[in-house]
Amino acid sequence: MVTALFFYMFAALLLISALMVISLRNPVHSALFLILAFFNGAGLFLLAGAEFLAMSLIIVYVGAVLVLFLFVVMMLDIDFSELRAGMATYLPTGLFIGLVLIAELAMIFGAWITSPDALKLRGAPAPNDITNTEALGRIIYTKYVYFFEMAGMILLVAMIGAIVLSLHHRPDVRRQKPAEQSARRREESFTLVDVKPGEGI
Amino acid sequence: MLAIGLEHFLTVAAILFTIGVFGIFVNRKNVIVILMSIELMLLAVNINLVAFSAHLDDLVGQVFTLLILTVAAAEAAIGLAILVTYYRNRGSIAVDDINSMKG
Repeated sequence: MVTALFFYMFAALLLISALMVISLRNPVHSALFLILAFFNGAGLFLLAGAEFLAMSLIIVYVGAVLVLFLFVVMMLDIDFSELRAGMATYLPTGLFIGLVLIAELAMIFGAWITSPDALKLRGAPAPNDITNTEALGRIIYTKYVYFFEMAGMILLVAMIGAIVLSLHHRPDVRRQKPAEQSARRREESFTLVDVKPGEGI
Repeated sequence: MLAIGLEHFLTVAAILFTIGVFGIFVNRKNVIVILMSIELMLLAVNINLVAFSAHLDDLVGQVFTLLILTVAAAEAAIGLAILVTYYRNRGSIAVDDINSMKG
């Protein structure tokens, strides 16, 4: 009973904040509502028993991705009212596509049954005696270790790509060049001149 | 097994996915909100995977969700980096102006 109450609360808040994300004028508000949406999504994950994923959703999305969104939105100086101008013209197309999509999903939903073999085809049945985090940890480091490594590689490539993309060399700024500094030799920097008294150089 | 029926989760995920698609069409000029809509769609997919994982008592769904989470974070980082670079070069982020690679 309490579970159902929480489920409907999380679901309703999730959908409302998702609608706010796409309809608000100011992208900063959109990003803040996206944070709320992800918190409620994490609540749904918790109700489904995926505790580790719920926490990592909050850490990864709210802690990293959405902070990045907020950074970019606030850093770029953009006139957002201009970007909203054509909203009314795209609304009918969007509504049409959305209705088609939801009708298709409803049709799948109406004709869908679980295969009787489904329980036999499970890749990693969840053990009952340990927590979700421990069970997940036991399989991602053993049976699914290649997936895990691949995720790490994807993150590495994305990180290098993002750094390379946003690296910006400004020619008008004088920078320290440590390699040149340490490669400098004594002979290049000064000469000893024997100055006689009373003559000058 | 789930305390809430699988159908409830699937309905929420379907509506969320549709909101994401709708958001892409409505905010056609604003790349930032399009990226946020993509995040919403990925969240809907994650909810589906987690719901099925809990329904079948199978942890593979959650492993895949972890991968999708990773890819979504990478996608957001790269997308925003491209956006920042583009803004630095062109001074705007209007989607209609992004046609210099059209040939």
